[in-house]
Amino acid sequence: MYAYDELDRTIVNERVSEFRDQVARRLSGELTEDEFKTLRLMNGVYLQLHAYMLRIAIPYGTLSSRQMRALAHVARKYDRGYGHFTTRQNIQFHWIKLADLPDAMADLAEVGIHGMQTSGNCTRNVTADQWAGVVPGEIEDPRIWAEIIRQYSTLHPEFSFLPRKFKFAITASDHDRAAIKVHDIGLRIHRNAEGEVGFEVLVGGGLGRTPFLAKTINEFVSHRDILSYVESILRVYNQYGRRDNIYKARIKILVHELGIEKFKQEVEEEWRHVRDGVLALDPSEIEEIRSRFMYPAYETLSDQPEELRKAALNPNFERWRENSVAAHKVPGYAIVTLSLKPVGGTPGDATAQQMDRIADLADKYSFGEIRVGHEQNLALPHVAQRDLPALWRALDEAGVATPNVNLVSDIISCPGLDYCSLANARSIPIAQELTRRFANPDTAALIGRLHINISGCINACGHHHVGHIGILGVEKSGEEFYQITIGGRADEQAELGTLVGPAVPHEQVADVIEDIVEAYLALRQRPDELFVDVVKRLGVAPFKERVYATR
Amino acid sequence: MPLVKGNTVVADDFVHLADDAPLPADGAVLLPAERFLADPKAALSRGDKIGVIWPNNRDVEDLLPYLDGLAAVALVFPVFRDGRAYSQARLLRERYKFKGELRATGQVLRDQFMFMLRAGFDAFEVKKDSDAQVFADVARRFSVFYQPVGDGRIPAFRRRLMHMPESARP
Repeated sequence: MYAYDELDRTIVNERVSEFRDQVARRLSGELTEDEFKTLRLMNGVYLQLHAYMLRIAIPYGTLSSRQMRALAHVARKYDRGYGHFTTRQNIQFHWIKLADLPDAMADLAEVGIHGMQTSGNCTRNVTADQWAGVVPGEIEDPRIWAEIIRQYSTLHPEFSFLPRKFKFAITASDHDRAAIKVHDIGLRIHRNAEGEVGFEVLVGGGLGRTPFLAKTINEFVSHRDILSYVESILRVYNQYGRRDNIYKARIKILVHELGIEKFKQEVEEEWRHVRDGVLALDPSEIEEIRSRFMYPAYETLSDQPEELRKAALNPNFERWRENSVAAHKVPGYAIVTLSLKPVGGTPGDATAQQMDRIADLADKYSFGEIRVGHEQNLALPHVAQRDLPALWRALDEAGVATPNVNLVSDIISCPGLDYCSLANARSIPIAQELTRRFANPDTAALIGRLHINISGCINACGHHHVGHIGILGVEKSGEEFYQITIGGRADEQAELGTLVGPAVPHEQVADVIEDIVEAYLALRQRPDELFVDVVKRLGVAPFKERVYATR
Repeated sequence: MPLVKGNTVVADDFVHLADDAPLPADGAVLLPAERFLADPKAALSRGDKIGVIWPNNRDVEDLLPYLDGLAAVALVFPVFRDGRAYSQARLLRERYKFKGELRATGQVLRDQFMFMLRAGFDAFEVKKDSDAQVFADVARRFSVFYQPVGDGRIPAFRRRLMHMPESARP
């Protein structure tokens, strides 16, 4: 955990008091809705179909149990008793009243969380691998750098009114769980040939209307230079990014129009001026941030304790363990994923009671720490293996032990037309129907790893382009239709999916997905050949043939 | 439109000169960029203060030959959410060491004051009287800053190191 000090708390409190003034001016009519819009957005406040929505950042996906309880409190006191975890390590409250917003923010500020820069054309919540700091084989904890960039970019006087939103993601593992290739800037921490640790910097990734995978702009930028490099990219973008058309304003379009070589040249010319300036980080400054990340006092334990061997006799436990428990860097410990994807549920939703319960379990079994991943699930990052059977029973009671992590019913979905004023079509009912179709855990296990992503419109909040199966809601003469893509992925082998056939109406989507999955089962060479690998090997054609032949 | 300098509303010395108005022999004037660049010598050789209104889509590097002679540069925020002039301001102040008045014009509201102050602006054509009146209070609203820019405020991470006893420093 990163420990906030008095300075961090002061900034958040001062921001809340500023927002209180802005809300008062809006309520009195001194600010027009148009003027207020830019201000509320930079505090995470959207106006949706039915109400204001408040988006709260969970930087690099790390929450304390105390913070989780504060989220439960806000859900209960100001909303309708639940919250929605998003694909960018945020949580959203969808039913909040404008007049209550400053109080809700003040309550959250007490535990050091806020909605600053979770919307608007500024640097958004800096995300990272949700297993940062606990996964084996990591080069270093990427959250140190996410925190350094969070601080650098918070209320930045030059970059708070960029052409468009700006998203960072950071990973320090070979396996990318942070989807860095679909971010405006992706940072991959690695070691160069000399053994020095630094960053591969990728730029210009993003989904939405015109999806692009990020390109490498620099193979290796050192710790010392990373902030000046980032500032150079932001400065070039702030001045030359397009502002004439909202759909062409993201940095990916600038990078695409200039070409990565020319863009790099512009950035590095700028960098020449700023590299040795105030942003050069010296080791003591990095160490100061690093020193405020607290790590648990782990016990000396060994893997595979007696409790685990006994519990393995219970097939339900064993199924859950195989699915939801991952290796930890410390012997005798494990990382436990909590599925927020129950059969028939809304992906990513958690009730206030669940949040409180998870906070209690984190205190009891995970040194008070919780993680939030972009797949819209939670994790307890420091669980002693001997506690897994007891934890499983408690999680199961709380409804967050569905053994479907990374399986076909672990669906990523935006809120869609049920909430969002931008959406063309509903997302949640499609997700719910699919979880019912694939409710049988044996079938899901047989299918293996398969990510379905659903977006209710072209803005792609459900990241449909990078779903193994992507579902995109569109509107056709007043009806909800869905385009289906296959073969996308968001990890280190990121790809954009390919359209498999014509859009289908709402009521046919689940049938088509079932057909695609059946086609996969027939086409795969071995049980461990993943869906996405079959698409890679065979292309879209055999799927199209099997799925659309009869339609 | 009230002009704020040094935290308070002041009289504006400068006259915004329209494109076709004749250049007066004396008095401080702000000239549109095109007009200034058409004959910079004539503008700079007047006895009185001259400033230029610089659009946000033109590189400030084009101004470098004239910076020493300019009493003011007015940068433009055509709409609140167009932030290009923040970069121009920092470049003029921090890289090109411009010492004259740096004026924010256009849609200037209280919610940008702190950003503008930190980017190097020291004069503000504030759109609303009510915002101009509270300038001093708003400028004090934030007391802690995370990132170093050219305004001399010490960012949080360096403050932490300074307040830490030498023995406890990492």
